[in-house]
Amino acid sequence: MTSTTAGTATSYADIPRLMSLQTGDEKHSAAATSTLDPLWVLYDRVLRVTPETAEAPGRDRFLLSKGHGPMAYYAVLAARGFFPEAWLPGFGGFTSPLGHHPDRTLVPGVEIGSGSLGHGLPIGVGVALGLRAQGLTEPAVWVMTGDAELDEGSNDEAITFAGLTGLGSLHTVVVDNASASHAAPGHLAARFAVAGWSAETVDGHDHEALYRAFTAPHPGRPHVVVARVSR
Amino acid sequence: MDSMRDRFADTVHQLMDADPRVALVIAEISRDRLQGAITAHPDRVVNVGIREQLLVSAGAGLALSGLRPVLHTFASFLVERPFEQVKLDFGHQGVGGVLVSSGASYDMPSGGYTHMSPGDVALLDTLPGWTVHVPGHPDEAEALVRAAVAAGDDKVYVRLSERTNAEGRALDGTRFRQVREGRSGAAVVAVGPVLDTVLAATEGLDLTVLYATTVRPFDAAGLRRAAIDPDRGTAQVVLVEPYLAGTSVRAADEALSVVPHRLLGLGVGKEELRRYGRAEEHDAAHGLDAASLRRDISAFLAS
Repeated sequence: MTSTTAGTATSYADIPRLMSLQTGDEKHSAAATSTLDPLWVLYDRVLRVTPETAEAPGRDRFLLSKGHGPMAYYAVLAARGFFPEAWLPGFGGFTSPLGHHPDRTLVPGVEIGSGSLGHGLPIGVGVALGLRAQGLTEPAVWVMTGDAELDEGSNDEAITFAGLTGLGSLHTVVVDNASASHAAPGHLAARFAVAGWSAETVDGHDHEALYRAFTAPHPGRPHVVVARVSR
Repeated sequence: MDSMRDRFADTVHQLMDADPRVALVIAEISRDRLQGAITAHPDRVVNVGIREQLLVSAGAGLALSGLRPVLHTFASFLVERPFEQVKLDFGHQGVGGVLVSSGASYDMPSGGYTHMSPGDVALLDTLPGWTVHVPGHPDEAEALVRAAVAAGDDKVYVRLSERTNAEGRALDGTRFRQVREGRSGAAVVAVGPVLDTVLAATEGLDLTVLYATTVRPFDAAGLRRAAIDPDRGTAQVVLVEPYLAGTSVRAADEALSVVPHRLLGLGVGKEELRRYGRAEEHDAAHGLDAASLRRDISAFLAS
């Protein structure tokens, strides 16, 4: 699972190095790497977006809603060539475009600024509706949230609306590291499913399982993949 | 006469007919009035249900996808309830949109405090880059909604009200308009629907009356032109606003910083009255009826 596409020199094996450039640490906590495998599989095999098509109307959109701990996200974007590796050591600095929460106006390939939780999924609803209204039926819209982020009620507004209106181009990846204080087994996928979403729960470190779940057909329904990761 | 809200419904429908980039997001409010647009443009009118956080965020998402979104509900649910969505999903994301509210400070006083939004303009004043229009007549509402939608990717707030002046006036979407010229070197700025009451209140007083339908950006040059007494090199200005008293005092103070000046900001009080009744009774309670305005303006100019 370390496939590299033509023109992209960096592979999955290089990601730890790219993360270390940002943090100065050789090892990273589970929290920092919880998003890494879903991000890698998406950018490597699923999303139809490249640095060359980062502004193209027909590109797939990936919205990182869980903006906290974006080192893995920046590492993947740098690995895919959206911005130079040389930006990474400045992480969090006053003159760096790479903050501890991403800013779409500063970083190529970043579709939304995030940091305040519960904004990405409702924005993703609007992006999906807007693309459909313009006859752009090909692009998929992906939103990555955390499990505790779904505490925010704004997500329920989006989940319910998207499910009940059959917004089939909308996809959500919930990176579930069991960080919510109040949770019940299976409730994450169930919350989406009860609103009409297609829902799957997989091992969030298993690239093949993630790929299968990401690419599962879901005609006429939005699709959620709950990716269980280590805490 | 139709209301500003009726005119908005007709106008946004026409704008959607003419421009495939214009989209409309609502949250149940005004659904009946907007039925024409909903039927004609089902892909570009989104009714999110009673979900105002989604109303604002989805509107921003439409803008990110390349459309020009118009968002509409009551002011309290468009600006106050989802304020962080307004701040981040439009401002921080760097996209534009048109927010069109109705209900104003107390258009529906029998509905009580939950449906009153006197603080909407002051809240938007904490954010950079918002244009704020406050029409005082349905004709002006139509002109300002058209100007707002046509304003590139600007962030624009249009504050509609059920309260109106008897006649609409020509406007350019930026400047104040002088509707009465005085020689005393004092000026009153009347914002939107309070104009007729201000004109009645100041009848016979030697005052310049400016009419403002766009308050942000604030027409500083227009205020200086009208309010600075060329002989004394000073200015005396009274602002009468149909939302929180004093909302534009800071903008007027900056505009007049070049001369010694005195300012009085009249408008809706911050304290909750816990009263229902009619809008005219709330005018009187906030000192916005003609008799109270005449008393307060005269006392300020005499002091």
